[in-house]
Amino acid sequence: MPAVQETVERVKRIDVDQYRYGFETQIESDKAPKGLSEDTVRFISEKKNEPAWMLQWRLEAYRRWLTMTEPTWARVNYPKIDFQDLYYYSAPKPKKTVTSLDEIDPEILKTYEKLGIPLREVAMLEGVEPKPGEQDPARRKIAVDAVFDSVSVATTFKAELKKAGVIFMPISEAIREHPELVQKYLGSVVPTSDNFYATLNSAVFSDGSFVYVPPGVRCPMELSTYFRINERNTGQFERTLIIADKGSYVSYLEGCTAPQRDENQLHAAVVELVAHDDAEIKYSTVQNWYPGNSEGKGGIYNFVTKRGDCRGDRSKISWTQVETGSAITWKYPSCILRGDNSSGEFYSIAISNGFQQVDSGTKMIHLGKNTSSRIISKGIAAGKSQNTYRGLVTAHRKATGARNFTACDSLLIGDKCGAHTVPYIEAKNSSATFEHEATTSKISEDVLFYCVQRGLSQEEAVGLVVNGFVKDVLQQLPMEFAVEAQKLISISLEGSVG
Amino acid sequence: MALLEVKDLQVRVEEREILHGLTLTVNEGQVHAIMGPNGSGKSTLSHVIAGKPGYEVTGGQILFRGEDLLEMSPDMRAAKGVFLAFQYPVEIPGVATMTFLRTALNAQRKARGESEYSTPDFLRKVREVSKSLNIPQDMLKRGVNVGFSGGEKKRNEVLQMALFEPSLCILDEMDSGLDIDALRIAADGVNALRSPKRAMVVITHYQRLLNYIVPDVVHVMSKGRVVKSGGKELALELEASGYAQFEDAA
Repeated sequence: MPAVQETVERVKRIDVDQYRYGFETQIESDKAPKGLSEDTVRFISEKKNEPAWMLQWRLEAYRRWLTMTEPTWARVNYPKIDFQDLYYYSAPKPKKTVTSLDEIDPEILKTYEKLGIPLREVAMLEGVEPKPGEQDPARRKIAVDAVFDSVSVATTFKAELKKAGVIFMPISEAIREHPELVQKYLGSVVPTSDNFYATLNSAVFSDGSFVYVPPGVRCPMELSTYFRINERNTGQFERTLIIADKGSYVSYLEGCTAPQRDENQLHAAVVELVAHDDAEIKYSTVQNWYPGNSEGKGGIYNFVTKRGDCRGDRSKISWTQVETGSAITWKYPSCILRGDNSSGEFYSIAISNGFQQVDSGTKMIHLGKNTSSRIISKGIAAGKSQNTYRGLVTAHRKATGARNFTACDSLLIGDKCGAHTVPYIEAKNSSATFEHEATTSKISEDVLFYCVQRGLSQEEAVGLVVNGFVKDVLQQLPMEFAVEAQKLISISLEGSVG
Repeated sequence: MALLEVKDLQVRVEEREILHGLTLTVNEGQVHAIMGPNGSGKSTLSHVIAGKPGYEVTGGQILFRGEDLLEMSPDMRAAKGVFLAFQYPVEIPGVATMTFLRTALNAQRKARGESEYSTPDFLRKVREVSKSLNIPQDMLKRGVNVGFSGGEKKRNEVLQMALFEPSLCILDEMDSGLDIDALRIAADGVNALRSPKRAMVVITHYQRLLNYIVPDVVHVMSKGRVVKSGGKELALELEASGYAQFEDAA
């Protein structure tokens, strides 16, 4: 069955107010008291058995945060967040130290089962055409570091990764086991003072993933983390740090779902990537957090800071994102092109429906010589949503021969939504070549009628047209995500046409 | 039973009546031509039969094999065998023609309760049909109508007609935007699809198209009604004397 039809089948089973992943797991959790103070920060640090330097780092961030104010420049509206009315730490109570899946709370495993997340080894790509440069896709594997409400409860594939010398573990563990690496790199891309939400994250981050790929190693599998927000009113403060040493390669996948809530939930993650000489990092995200109900109530506030540092010459960082969820998205995965001949890429699909608000884009900061960047952004607005692309491309004085190509396309469905493009372009040397293309179009009645005249239903028609619109970006996703993303896109647009 | 019966059809667009009681009967195996000046309601008729939104039917009925067509959604009409070849086929960027054809064909089959084509079966069928119409495989890999010439767009319509095997084909101003060679190629494709089981309604301004697709019946429309019907010689008569005489009659 073609994906479009399959999607429609699935969509039909979903009531608008019945977010597919909107169930709640009944497990005991271990919470910090409500509100934020130095004591909260100490509580979190103590819970994690952190060394003193880590606590100091957090406290400095916290003190800095007290002096900062929330940014208001994004094109999003929401009631003021009471930061004292949130819980900053919540973890499933561990029964004992976990050594295998059997020991994990069956409730948690059941949740993962409902989400369709594989915790066991999977060889998903049987019979799929290999991508250029990959000989044996059937043997590609995915390692899952499952983040459940802030604490990593299961980490698979450790042994195989260890053999390759790849470190892939919860960041809380890395702080204890590889302090020299964490100390060296944490905050080196997104400093603790970077912005309001990143600073908040630095003070209270709960957990996240840590990846280190040693020189010359091609990571033997796709690394994947699933985030899930479960505890009511718990802010999620994930922290991810990925380091690709000289000549190494790693592909990291991130996918998210969250249960339905009436209260708005805050999520402020920080992701830092570091690529040394000749290293390459590919970071892909599929995000479908609860967007709020049909009246615009509830939904996740997603204020994320993601930044990659192409620190070495000829290094490369590529961001691919499919954003379909959250009530508010504020997210600009960026690349600092520091090394000579380094390159950055940003491929994005941002879909908004209902009352969702998206303000997303990227920053490409050209510092090294002959650096290049490429931005392909596809924004789709439906319902009463607002969808903004905000991007910065800048070349500094010494960045001779910097090149950028940007294409921003927006698609409108219906007449109550809005799409906006806000590009900032700065070239401080005359040898930079920056190209910017932008289009805004509407799915016309004529196109829809053409499709239904050929037998497609309205929903199938919208799904088909939209999937065509985002094809350039979908092709950038790893195969296993591309299929999922295609379905997700159609599901996200359910009910967008009368 | 007639394949298509349009009885006393009255249609409005934004409070303005376009069709004022139009009647038309088309039997299986027949080719009908509908001619008339701009604004006579020819395209409106084709749109209403296919179910395009934006038209309000205020009176009359349309029966397709005796079933009330106006009660059906446009995609259901397509599944029942109503095909409209567009005057200006739309472009759908990023959707390969092949994907589009398969999605549409399987949607129709599913709506009729038939099994969907598997990929190899579908590919075999498309190859066979496109070969018979001299359509290069390369065209099927491109986005639907994206960057197609006027002639290619019309051939893509004919290809779909051949693939979906509808029982009623409505060709809306098929000759617009085509040079004489492209017109002949498209018309050859249409002629190949003439069959005793299939009826065609050819809508056109000009007699020229009817040199290539020779109709059994010609209707002249003016001001929202059929004002005269006759054999293929009526088209030649029109070519010589113009529409003015009928405008007075209406």
